[in-house]
Amino acid sequence: MIQPQKNSAAKTQLRLSVLAKQVLPWAVPSLLLIVWQWASSAGILPGRFLPSPSAVMRSFIELSASGELWMHVRVSTLRALSGFVVGGGMGLLLGLLTASMHWAEILLDTTIQMVRNIPPLALIPLVILWFGIDESAKLFLVSLGVFFPVYINTFHGIRSVDRGLLEMGRTYGLSGWPLYREIILPGALPSILVGVRFSLGLMWVILIVAETISARSGIGYMTMNAREFMQTDVMVVGILLYAILGKLADLLAKRLERYWLRWNPAYRIAG
Amino acid sequence: MPTAYSSREIATAQHRCSRGVSVAIKSVSIAFGGRTVLENFDIEISAGEFVAIVGRSGCGKSTLLRSVVGLETPQSGTIIVGNVADSIAKNNGKPDVRVMFQDSRLLPWRRILPNVMLGLGPALIPQAQKVLAQVGLAERASDWPATLSGGQRQRVALARALVHDPNLLLLDEPLGSLDALTRIEMQRLIEEVWRSRGFTAMLVTHDVAEAIALADRVILIEGGCVALDDVVNIPRPRARGSARFAALEERILGRVLQRRPMVEE
Repeated sequence: MIQPQKNSAAKTQLRLSVLAKQVLPWAVPSLLLIVWQWASSAGILPGRFLPSPSAVMRSFIELSASGELWMHVRVSTLRALSGFVVGGGMGLLLGLLTASMHWAEILLDTTIQMVRNIPPLALIPLVILWFGIDESAKLFLVSLGVFFPVYINTFHGIRSVDRGLLEMGRTYGLSGWPLYREIILPGALPSILVGVRFSLGLMWVILIVAETISARSGIGYMTMNAREFMQTDVMVVGILLYAILGKLADLLAKRLERYWLRWNPAYRIAG
Repeated sequence: MPTAYSSREIATAQHRCSRGVSVAIKSVSIAFGGRTVLENFDIEISAGEFVAIVGRSGCGKSTLLRSVVGLETPQSGTIIVGNVADSIAKNNGKPDVRVMFQDSRLLPWRRILPNVMLGLGPALIPQAQKVLAQVGLAERASDWPATLSGGQRQRVALARALVHDPNLLLLDEPLGSLDALTRIEMQRLIEEVWRSRGFTAMLVTHDVAEAIALADRVILIEGGCVALDDVVNIPRPRARGSARFAALEERILGRVLQRRPMVEE
């Protein structure tokens, strides 16, 4: 077990650099924004290729004031989350099953490993044929993409639970559900959460593609529709929205890690 | 599951042989992948006795302990824990056997008190707190195991075993990874709880001095058989510096070193 370092010199240094740590990560993005705005105003960057930051901002305010933006964000978020719940939930359940029961591994693992090698996006033509451009098409694609990282990491997490702890649990009379609750699930949790973070990233990637190809609403649809009318500012708003939503999903996953793995010194917040 | 606990269990009164159970190991043979670890192994341990098992690495002493609690299955022979003469108050006559391993094996995701309570209902919280206080860690009840030192973790592991009020406590080199001072402290603690509770104890160790300090009987395993079975007739608490202690240690160590091992681990 790694003990947290308690070095007083390091601590003072840490306190001094707190401000720098808050400010520094934003230095490069701010600089880029300034250069971008300057290039647009000076006419070096034509608006039909890339709008100026101020134009993007204006368009963002307009879109959100009309409520159009929030409608698209709501639709996309709902799609992403329902896909995540369905696909992630199935990955978790099947991962638990194949890792715990030998017959289930023999029966299912080969099939799952074969299907895993098909990129979910390669299925888009078939999916459109099956589901049209309905909600179910997006749900299917996101669920499929999210399923595998959760499945694989759950399987791996359960298989790598400390044998010594399992043995100890058995000498304390634990078996069945109590053994799962006390030892197997908490032991597999760090690995499962790695799968969840992977899935959250993948969830947006797949949704973006699915929405740009076949949708009547959502951020991807908004972006593609803007292209038809050469509204580059709206396109950039859409792209930035994906960045923000992706970052939010990752923050959420990090929060979960910090809470659920707070027993582990590696995940504890310093101090 | 234990149901009725009374202050009797925590009382310091000597009630040896009231909690302990006898252990009869009869012609036990264990082999791993064709290599025989124990062959026709016999020992009898009476109720409340403290027996230390010593021997070189790989002599099968840990395997013996693990087979007593059912973590290994012997190819032949029988291991009987408890007999009709023992008075076992709980578990419908089934003796309670607990193990302390070389590593504490605490659940890192449970705080100290829930670790001690493993497998028990919330009704036993007061009991668990008492035992935690007995090992001197009452104030660490709500800490994470990762914040404890190795010695403290082993004390929690001891508390976890003791809260079940075992009839037989198996100690599989529980002090092997501790520093010298912490070891002596832990040895005292183990002797103290054994004397006050009167369970039967089987200690596996590679430290002959530790065996002599704690045990009523020291058994040396060599080549899968009992090579030496000595009663330690030194009054407790035992002073390590005494002449009798040194003489016995010399004798057992001499016997251990006498024969070259065929396979070195």
